[in-house]
Amino acid sequence: MTVKQYKQILSKPLLEENPITLQILGICSALAVTSNLLVTLVMCVALTSVVSFSNLFISIIRNYIPSSVRIIVQMTIIASLVIVVDELLKAYDYETSKKLSVFVGLIITNCIVMGRAEAFAMKEKPFVSFLDGLGNGLGYSIILIAVAVVRELFGSGTLMGYEILPLVSNGGWYPANNLLLLPPSSFILIGLMIWGIRAYKKDQIEPNEYKLSRHATAPDLSKKELNV
Amino acid sequence: MFEHYLSIFITTVFIENIALSVFLGMCTFIAISKKIDAAFGLGIAVIVVCLITVPLNNLIYNSILKEGALAWAGLPEANLEFVGLISYIGVIAAAVQILEMFLDKFVPALYNALGVFLPLITVNCAILGASLFMIEKDLKFGESVVYGLGAGVGWAMAIVVLAGIREKLKYSDIPDGLQGLGVTFLIVGLMSFGFMSFGGISL
Repeated sequence: MTVKQYKQILSKPLLEENPITLQILGICSALAVTSNLLVTLVMCVALTSVVSFSNLFISIIRNYIPSSVRIIVQMTIIASLVIVVDELLKAYDYETSKKLSVFVGLIITNCIVMGRAEAFAMKEKPFVSFLDGLGNGLGYSIILIAVAVVRELFGSGTLMGYEILPLVSNGGWYPANNLLLLPPSSFILIGLMIWGIRAYKKDQIEPNEYKLSRHATAPDLSKKELNV
Repeated sequence: MFEHYLSIFITTVFIENIALSVFLGMCTFIAISKKIDAAFGLGIAVIVVCLITVPLNNLIYNSILKEGALAWAGLPEANLEFVGLISYIGVIAAAVQILEMFLDKFVPALYNALGVFLPLITVNCAILGASLFMIEKDLKFGESVVYGLGAGVGWAMAIVVLAGIREKLKYSDIPDGLQGLGVTFLIVGLMSFGFMSFGGISL
């Protein structure tokens, strides 16, 4: 493979085939952990490392996995990686680990990890699979970070805990939008983000199953037919 | 006693709805909610699997993994909590597999109805999430049965409601870019705001 192909594998999942906005994978954590940028960054690093290394290891042993038990084998590899990440996080950043609560554990069932293992790592060589995992992890991170920036900046006027927009309650000028701190707002932000991406990438638009027909009750009468 | 269980059930179904308040199982929630039939089948499967795996994981946690739980085996200092994740997911995968074989042999009608949804459930984070929340809340065995049932029922209810809305939605005129996935996200967001209003109820 050439360097160009490697680059393509790495960059495709960023926008063109983004795991969240196009493939609908790994949404759960995108919603629950994005009210604070710092926590989101930790989550992104955790997920990206798990998905790249699980792709790498699964790809290394792909020829030895019998297809009937592959799900269990993949699960075991992924779960072990997640346990490593979880223990590291507890050891070095206990505060953030408390905030993420069950969501680090839930990386195991994050569909991006399973999906990439199943769709890519089972077929391709180790290094390419690692890049694919990295690309998908970064694609996930882009969306998460974008959502977190909007939510933290406009919801509480800070970024990574530093004050950017001084709040009215602290004698500043910015009235905080508390709606953005509520978890459901991230659904709406991602919905709008999908709209934005699809306005730019027209080929991602899903066709309408039922097209509206033209209004049928008012006949289109021209002047000629009315004899005037 | 009954009231205590009832209050756990109502809390998990409405106030802490696993789909719309803690956002678990979202991938399948959005991917398989185009038709009410399919959503209903998946919902039933989630209820059954939750009801089996949550109490099972509770037993495993309390009798093997918890700190000091192995005292009966002469290991009072053993703390196996760090292998928790891998055992819960193992239990879930095994339970799903066994349930699949059991249904195939004894209840073929239900097996055919659930079909592809059963294996999908292994990777549904609603199931693992329910087990992890059960551990975090430190529930007893009886409570965990009710919690598992409530988590499943809450998720099933949410996906059936969403499927109902989406079936009506396909007749409406939506801007091109929002078609399909985009508008579904907006609707789930609004539904979830609606469910937040249950948050004020105290039981």
